[in-house]
Amino acid sequence: MARVGVFICHCGENIARTVDSAAVADAAKRMAGVVYAVDYKYMCSDPGQQMIKDAIAKHRLTGVVVAACSPRMHETTFRRASAEAGLNPYLCEMSNIREHCSWVHEDKQAATEKAIDLVRAMVEKVKKNEELQPIRVPVTRRALVIGGGIAGIQTALDIANGGHEVLLVEKTPSIGGHMAQLSETFPTLDCSQCILTPRMVEVGQHPRIKLYVYSEVESVDGFIGNFEVKIRQKATSVDPKLCNGCGACREACPQKKIPSDFEAGLGTRTAIYSPFPQAVPNKPVIDRENCLRFRVARKKGIPIEECTACGKCYEACPIEPRKAIDFSQTDQVVTEKVGAIVVATGFDLYPTDAYGEYGHGKHPDIISGLQFERLASASGPTSGEIRRPSDGTIPKSVVFIQCVGSRDNAKGIPYCSKICCMYTAKHTMLYKHKVHDGQAYVFYMDIRAGGKNYDEFVRRAIEEDGAVYLRGRVSRIFRRNGRLAVLGADTLSGRKVEIEADMVVLATAMQAQLHTDKLAQTLGISYDQFEFLSEAHPKLRPVETNTAGVLLAGACQAPKDIPEAVAQGSAAASKVLGIFSSDELEREPIIASVNENICSGCLACEAVCPYGAIEEKEIKDRDGNVVKVVANVNPGVCQGCGLCVATCRANCIDLAGFSDEQVYAEIKAL
Amino acid sequence: MKVGYYPGCSLEGTAREFDISVRKSCGLLGIELEELDDWSCCGATAAHNTDHLLSIALPARNLALAERQGLDQVLSPCAACSNRLITAHREMEENEELRGAVEAIIEMSYSGKVRVLNYLGLILSFGIDNLRAKVRRELANFKVACYYGCLLVRPPKIVEFDDPEDPQSMDKILTALGAEVVDWEYKVECCGGGFTISDPTLVETLAHDIIRNAETEGANAISVSCPLCHANLDMKQSAINARFHEKRNMPVYYVSELVALACGATPEEAGINKHFVDSYALIR
Repeated sequence: MARVGVFICHCGENIARTVDSAAVADAAKRMAGVVYAVDYKYMCSDPGQQMIKDAIAKHRLTGVVVAACSPRMHETTFRRASAEAGLNPYLCEMSNIREHCSWVHEDKQAATEKAIDLVRAMVEKVKKNEELQPIRVPVTRRALVIGGGIAGIQTALDIANGGHEVLLVEKTPSIGGHMAQLSETFPTLDCSQCILTPRMVEVGQHPRIKLYVYSEVESVDGFIGNFEVKIRQKATSVDPKLCNGCGACREACPQKKIPSDFEAGLGTRTAIYSPFPQAVPNKPVIDRENCLRFRVARKKGIPIEECTACGKCYEACPIEPRKAIDFSQTDQVVTEKVGAIVVATGFDLYPTDAYGEYGHGKHPDIISGLQFERLASASGPTSGEIRRPSDGTIPKSVVFIQCVGSRDNAKGIPYCSKICCMYTAKHTMLYKHKVHDGQAYVFYMDIRAGGKNYDEFVRRAIEEDGAVYLRGRVSRIFRRNGRLAVLGADTLSGRKVEIEADMVVLATAMQAQLHTDKLAQTLGISYDQFEFLSEAHPKLRPVETNTAGVLLAGACQAPKDIPEAVAQGSAAASKVLGIFSSDELEREPIIASVNENICSGCLACEAVCPYGAIEEKEIKDRDGNVVKVVANVNPGVCQGCGLCVATCRANCIDLAGFSDEQVYAEIKAL
Repeated sequence: MKVGYYPGCSLEGTAREFDISVRKSCGLLGIELEELDDWSCCGATAAHNTDHLLSIALPARNLALAERQGLDQVLSPCAACSNRLITAHREMEENEELRGAVEAIIEMSYSGKVRVLNYLGLILSFGIDNLRAKVRRELANFKVACYYGCLLVRPPKIVEFDDPEDPQSMDKILTALGAEVVDWEYKVECCGGGFTISDPTLVETLAHDIIRNAETEGANAISVSCPLCHANLDMKQSAINARFHEKRNMPVYYVSELVALACGATPEEAGINKHFVDSYALIR
């Protein structure tokens, strides 16, 4: 005989304002099987939970219904309280009389009646509930980090230093990401490479970090604790075991005019290349699009082994007897097992195509912020001297234009890219420090300098380094007598301004890395309209995704500066270390199961399962002959969505915690 | 190839040579122009400053006429006319209620099937290679600054024609005619437009900037595809010279004149004798 206790919450005024909680408790007392009912101001408070525990003991309850908020809020709270009192937690249910009732109604009498109905339905369900035990799954204590920028590096190091193995997958030939391209960093003006390269070296040398550079994640299967990933290692045409990184091949390569991505197009590289001198690993790759031998082979339509064109790098390679250069190398796909995945794929620059009036890409002296970083960088194409790309002269007047793409509903993106106000201020300072008689002008919409020592930094650019800040937009840039006439508005004085500049720097917006949407689909995580990856909760679960075991770090989630990307990297690592803290993970036992006696093996359920949790199972007699084929649910993979239950024609699949019997009981009670 | 032809008022007045050269060049290219019967004012600047419904109904009448004549494409050389015709077409396409109101006013129906082309668009759809095949005399001495002005390419969401900041269609056409085109900065800057009467100082300053930049970048001629642009750059050039104490003679051609010339027309057949600035030097 069922003995159900019902607990009605007021949630302060949230419920009690529109639902007469005492009346609901009175009504509950008269429901069949209910032996105890009470209302209280805050059921989730300590005294509230104590009431439940006491009632379970005193009234020997076999089921608990808490009529309060959404189970998404406090189901865990009340199930844990029930468990502490010795009741199986799955015998405790919540009836949502807040989001589903008090918050959406105004008529108190009608809302009270509805609340009584909702409670009655849940009482009927809980009478049919069965004791369930959490499922335990083993954990592969090994993490995959996708993206080798600063966020990925931080995540990988924190996990590895926490004692677990990490696979770090990077699509370019070296880790380092955008931070390796930067000159100096705000708000302290410390050299970006000086603070980054020690971390890169640490990754390269770490015994628990396995680097997969020039590689991409191809597929992901499985679930938290038990992912199986396929990683495509693109052919580098260089055997990393033999290569000692001497660089003789690069010097020998006759293709020297290929625009370098690392130099943001301002410098060139060879066809066999490492992106920059401190690359980790420092092993070159052959860019097969541009390599002469590969181009000739493609043109002639012959296999690369038969092509004898060029081969200068091969000749130059001093490794004997077998050269490190291997033209016939092919892509390798490796399968790895990991327990958690951190996505740290970062950002890209928003294209300036829509801003023809600024002439980026048409005029060499109109450059992006990232290009200015390379000009200012000691390792850059000008060795850190600020020189015009067109003629190499030192610009005496530079105009910086903020918000190119950002906060522009008409032609760009509506969001703020967050870092541009700060890096533009930094650029004006770097410029002034290198060109003492130069003058920097900044066109801005607003200055957004929220952060430790950030606003002070911008003030310094204006007050100490004399940058002239003009609030307004630029309408057009004209070439004039070898210089650039920048036409804009100064909205504070209400006047049109025209500034003769030698160089113009556009603070281009940040967008998610290209193809982030495809990666998100591979991983089964969600993303927003701008392809930034979505966190599980914007405030309380900022590094988790809605897929258990997949976490986010850095600018793949939203525009971020370095401190934020690093903080999020560490946060994601700590979440991974949490998952790896024991051998087994506990999972909710809300999963589907098949009644093998009825199942006809049609496998319609297999087709609808979004998680690939259903497979064929053969039932054999004692002699090993197959008697019949049935569907079987893998309890580790099943997410309890119930699609198979609804699809099964023979009605032979049931979902633990939501059996047909339970759901019908609820419906009949209404 | 047969298209409807809506000359508009300018081409019967100040821009006579635009009309002459459009007809001549189309004739030489084998494009048949069928003028709309009883065409009327497009409304241009006056109507949309006065009344929105009027500004749609005026051009809509011409679109409806074209449809009644069974024409699915209409050439409207004047940039202001084509802009108004396209605007009317789009607004009626997006607003059923407005279309009903307009149809009641013009006492004709409009099902929205007419595509409005400016002269550059017409030549592009005729085909650059086909044009190249018709060239009889290459424009070898010409270093042309292609001036598009504002209304041909703007507003981009309405006209959907070429790149609004760095258009290329006229450059492609003139290159096909054997002319050299210069890369310059004032392709889409304002010439002062209709202020030519009310604020001549403004217009002369703006037009001066345009002509000067064309010259700085090495052009010996400017090509336009809009009657107002032509008036401000050609007709006003002596006033500009007087204001800035300069002695410049920059010939300003309609692109259709250059097409006609290159395809074998005499300068007079192309309408070049009607310019204010002497435009014969490059041709002889």
